[in-house]
Amino acid sequence: MKLLYFAWLRARIGRAEEEVRLPPEVRDVAGLLDWLRGRGGGYAEALCNPKIVRVAVNHDYVGLDHPLRDGDEVAVFPPVTGG
Amino acid sequence: MIRVQREDFDVGAELDRLAAGNRRIGGIASFVGLVRDMGGPDRVSALALEHYPGMTEKKLAEIEEEAHRRWPLDASLIIHRYGRLEPGDRIVLVATASPHREAALAACHFLIDWLKTEAPFWKSEETPHGERWVEARDTDDEAARRWR
Repeated sequence: MKLLYFAWLRARIGRAEEEVRLPPEVRDVAGLLDWLRGRGGGYAEALCNPKIVRVAVNHDYVGLDHPLRDGDEVAVFPPVTGG
Repeated sequence: MIRVQREDFDVGAELDRLAAGNRRIGGIASFVGLVRDMGGPDRVSALALEHYPGMTEKKLAEIEEEAHRRWPLDASLIIHRYGRLEPGDRIVLVATASPHREAALAACHFLIDWLKTEAPFWKSEETPHGERWVEARDTDDEAARRWR
C-alpha cells in the first residue's frame, strides 16, 4: 500500500511517501492511524491529535471506518488551507 | 475548466476566453485571491503552496460539476497556483458565466468557499523565524457549510 504525507504532517514524519505492507489486523483507516502512531517518533507526534488529521483513499476523503485494501493510495494530511 | 499551475495568469485574457463565442452569456462573476502582506513582527516574505497532484484536480472538477448542477452556468473556470508566491501575487481565480448575474455571482461565491475547505492545498509562510504552516480557520468551514 502506498502512503503519502503532506504539509506539516510530512515535515514531522520526515518523509513524503512510503510503501507499506499492513499487518492483517489493520483493516480500516482507524487501524492504520493506530498502527502508524505505534511506530513512535515523528509518527506519534504528527498523528497525536486525530481532530486535525484528514485521510483520503484513492483521492477521496474518507472516515475512520473506511476499509483498506492492498493497492490503495492512502494520503494523510492536515486540514486544507488553499484558496 | 480546471487548471493547477505554477505560472501566473492574466485575469482579463482568461475572462475574455471564458465568454468567447457564446452570445448567451450575460455576465461573468470572478474572484481573484491574492497573497496578503500581514505586516507586524512576523512579516511574511512569501508563501509556499503545496498540493496533492491528482486529488487536487479531482476535487476541483467535482466542485465545478456541483456548481453546474446547482446554477444555470454557461461556463466556469478555476485556476489555482502552487509553488512560491510573494505578497501581491495572484493565488486563485474563480470565474463563472451565465445569462444572468444571480447565478454567476452565487456560483462564484460557492466555488471559492468550497474550494477553500475541499481542495488539498496547504500554505506555509516564510517568516524571519522560519517556516510556519498556516492553520485552517473555522470561519472557512462555516462559510462552506452555508452552501450544504
